[in-house]
Amino acid sequence: MRQYTPKNDIQKKSYHTDRFYVAPTLAKEPVSNDSTFASDLSSLSNVVEVKDAYIQAGHLVIYINKEDNVSAIKHLKEIRAYNYMMELSAIDYIATQGGFEIFYEMLSMSKHKRLRVKCFVAKDDAIASVEPLFRMADWSEREMFDMYGVTVKNHPYMKRLLMPDDWQGHPLLKTYPLIGDEAAQWYEVDKIFGKEARDVIGPELRDAAQVDRYDTQRFARLGHEVPKGTDITNGNEPDTPIRYQEEGGVKLFGKTLVTPFDEIETKQLKERK
Amino acid sequence: MQQINRLKPFFENISFDRDDNTMVVNFGPQHPSAHGQLRLILELQGEEITKAHPDVGYLHRGMEKMGENMIYNEFLPTTDRMDYIAATSNNYGYALAVEKLIGVEAPRRAEVIRTMLLELNRIISHLFWLATHALDVGAMSVFLYAFREREFAMDLMEDYCGARLTHSAVRIGGVPLDLPDDWIYNLEKFIVTLTEQLEVYEGLLNQNRIWKMRLENVGIISPEMARQWGLTGPSLRASGIKWDLRKEMPYGLYPELDFDIPTSDKCDSYGRYLCHMAEMRESMKILKQLVPMYNDSDTQLMAHSPQYISCTKEEMMTQNYSLMQHFVLVTQGMRPPVGEVYVATESPKGELGFYINSDGSPYPYKLKLRAPSFWHTGILQDILPGHQLADVVTIIGNLNIVFGEIDR
Amino acid sequence: MAQHKVNYLQDGGAPIVLTTVDKIVNFGRSNSLWPMTYGLACCAIEMMASGASRYDFDRFGTIFRASPRQSDVIIVAGTLTKKHAEFMRRLYDQMPDPKWVISMGSCANTGGMFNTYATVQGVDRIIPVDIYLPGCAPRPETLQYALMQLQQKIRRNPASMRQKAKRLV
Repeated sequence: MRQYTPKNDIQKKSYHTDRFYVAPTLAKEPVSNDSTFASDLSSLSNVVEVKDAYIQAGHLVIYINKEDNVSAIKHLKEIRAYNYMMELSAIDYIATQGGFEIFYEMLSMSKHKRLRVKCFVAKDDAIASVEPLFRMADWSEREMFDMYGVTVKNHPYMKRLLMPDDWQGHPLLKTYPLIGDEAAQWYEVDKIFGKEARDVIGPELRDAAQVDRYDTQRFARLGHEVPKGTDITNGNEPDTPIRYQEEGGVKLFGKTLVTPFDEIETKQLKERK
Repeated sequence: MQQINRLKPFFENISFDRDDNTMVVNFGPQHPSAHGQLRLILELQGEEITKAHPDVGYLHRGMEKMGENMIYNEFLPTTDRMDYIAATSNNYGYALAVEKLIGVEAPRRAEVIRTMLLELNRIISHLFWLATHALDVGAMSVFLYAFREREFAMDLMEDYCGARLTHSAVRIGGVPLDLPDDWIYNLEKFIVTLTEQLEVYEGLLNQNRIWKMRLENVGIISPEMARQWGLTGPSLRASGIKWDLRKEMPYGLYPELDFDIPTSDKCDSYGRYLCHMAEMRESMKILKQLVPMYNDSDTQLMAHSPQYISCTKEEMMTQNYSLMQHFVLVTQGMRPPVGEVYVATESPKGELGFYINSDGSPYPYKLKLRAPSFWHTGILQDILPGHQLADVVTIIGNLNIVFGEIDR
Repeated sequence: MAQHKVNYLQDGGAPIVLTTVDKIVNFGRSNSLWPMTYGLACCAIEMMASGASRYDFDRFGTIFRASPRQSDVIIVAGTLTKKHAEFMRRLYDQMPDPKWVISMGSCANTGGMFNTYATVQGVDRIIPVDIYLPGCAPRPETLQYALMQLQQKIRRNPASMRQKAKRLV
């Protein structure tokens, strides 16, 4: 029987699984270790409900409910001086938890500290936009929608950003294959030539390891270049030396128009200029 | 026979309000101002722009999804192609993020070499910026001069790692190669040449009437708008905010180096131009300080952490277990701890950040690349209205955007 | 790359006799190829470097033209994505005959290292290509060698107005 491959996460997994390996966790320190973060967290927990908080790799990580995201970020921006939002995106946990984890990465220039606000959004749920607070969220949330399909409420212009407008599917989901599904693989052929041309043009060649020694459609051995499609089995392969110009130059009415490359007369620089 | 294709002329499905005299112009994905594939849909009233809508995604290659399907070491050459003008700065940012995740520090000589490459890449990137920006505005000879200097810098990079453009000169845990014998001599020669030539460029452009008329009061970005849009790098420093990650939240060797952060209060394109030129001088200052640090350092190049990083070639070829561990690390990949990190470095364009979420497997669970040029293009929809059509090219060139980063 | 099932040598291969008129016209065409600036990604930087001071492109008689209506050659430098493919085909169709295509770099030849959902696996799925140029990014000297090979190819073919169909697409 073949091994069961789960369909809700089809990204590449490690072939060898070490049965007794337990992965260590990057250290999560309590928030009381750092006084600035402790005061930030206590002031924030007066405004919203904080589900969890810890310090990891120099960042304060705060978990909140998705309804509170705008008020939490507003509090952090206006009262706790985290005046810069560096990044906002989603992580796909549909397979394990049934939703996305949205994170907002913020920076305080005056305090030289970074923090991350995270909230959980179920698969078909929507989240409020933080674009009124930070204009950069305009594009970041569009990208999040494009890549993951997360619905964002109150956004000024919710359209696809990186993929074409008529693309089907959301690429960064774990269920989306790296090489693309059928609509993706034939997208350009369908768009430009129509579905009828699929047979003419043929499927994409995605296997990088396929090598055929006698194939002259897709490969050519250096020094043995032949016109595309010739048959080079049975030793038909000619030897084509590297030539910059035609041998003997191009002659017209007895005059040489293109002088051939003369190995003896050329000048070689001793030092790079 | 030639296959007839199905493409017909089409009209935009973006509806701007049509009053009298407004025209919608498509600044298409292919245009000669050599900045990549930006599509700007502009609504013009005569010669003045009333609305601008940037459309990106024409270079989206799916790097983040590739990152989820590749082991950590395998993804490093892909980061080269993000900011392809200064490739080592992306590699360094990624290597630093993974090193923070696995808790490894690169040895001293590796840090010195990495910082030298970073500053050299900063010079390469700023020279490219100057060349293309001047070409767009109209000063074509500056393009040829700056590319000539850039060729010398790329010769240095080629001597070190073999590639001119997509370097991959940095590995997770250190650098793979030591500097060649006469590299430092060539570097010092290059610094001397570049110092002279920078005087020439500044003499050509700084007090040039046409340059000043084209650049002053064009593309004014107020500090508040810069903060709202998450602007970083020279564009932010030219709006008066003195923020450079190398000084404010330093990493690597930067705490030990002595350099200034040029800022400008002008908030317009001319201020950004001055910041870029001054930054090249600061980079040369840093390079001069790094040369004696290289000579004083111990020769170890890669960190010693057998669980995550392969050993040197000499050990690998002589010891059995080293070879076995190297094999496992290359085929299966290293397994970092579970957790998430976000590490930001100051690339020539701004703050380049890497967010890695690991679940203990050799493949990252989520890899987000925070590219500064992404929001530098977004801000165009807010600052372009009110400018003339000729200013569009100036502003796009001035903001130093590169499409490998934006679309990833 | 695409796998079209076409026999390229159907018409017997290259023609044998080139008249003097052909030679003059081909000489003119090959020594004044005007490329269209089609830099998409990193290879565009190498194309610019090959047109700059050290590796001068002007000595071949090439002048980079921005408009497709005034150019002969299109040097596809960089990754072609599916969003862009439609526009690439439009620009190719807008170029007047005779036209040639040089596909520069791995991404334009076969999709390169980006074996993903958004990359066209080779620009020859959309337009017919004359010269494939490998490298990532190829050095400027390689691009100039490719241009010289294209010049040789132009000189070998007759100069008739109607170009022989290269392939079905």
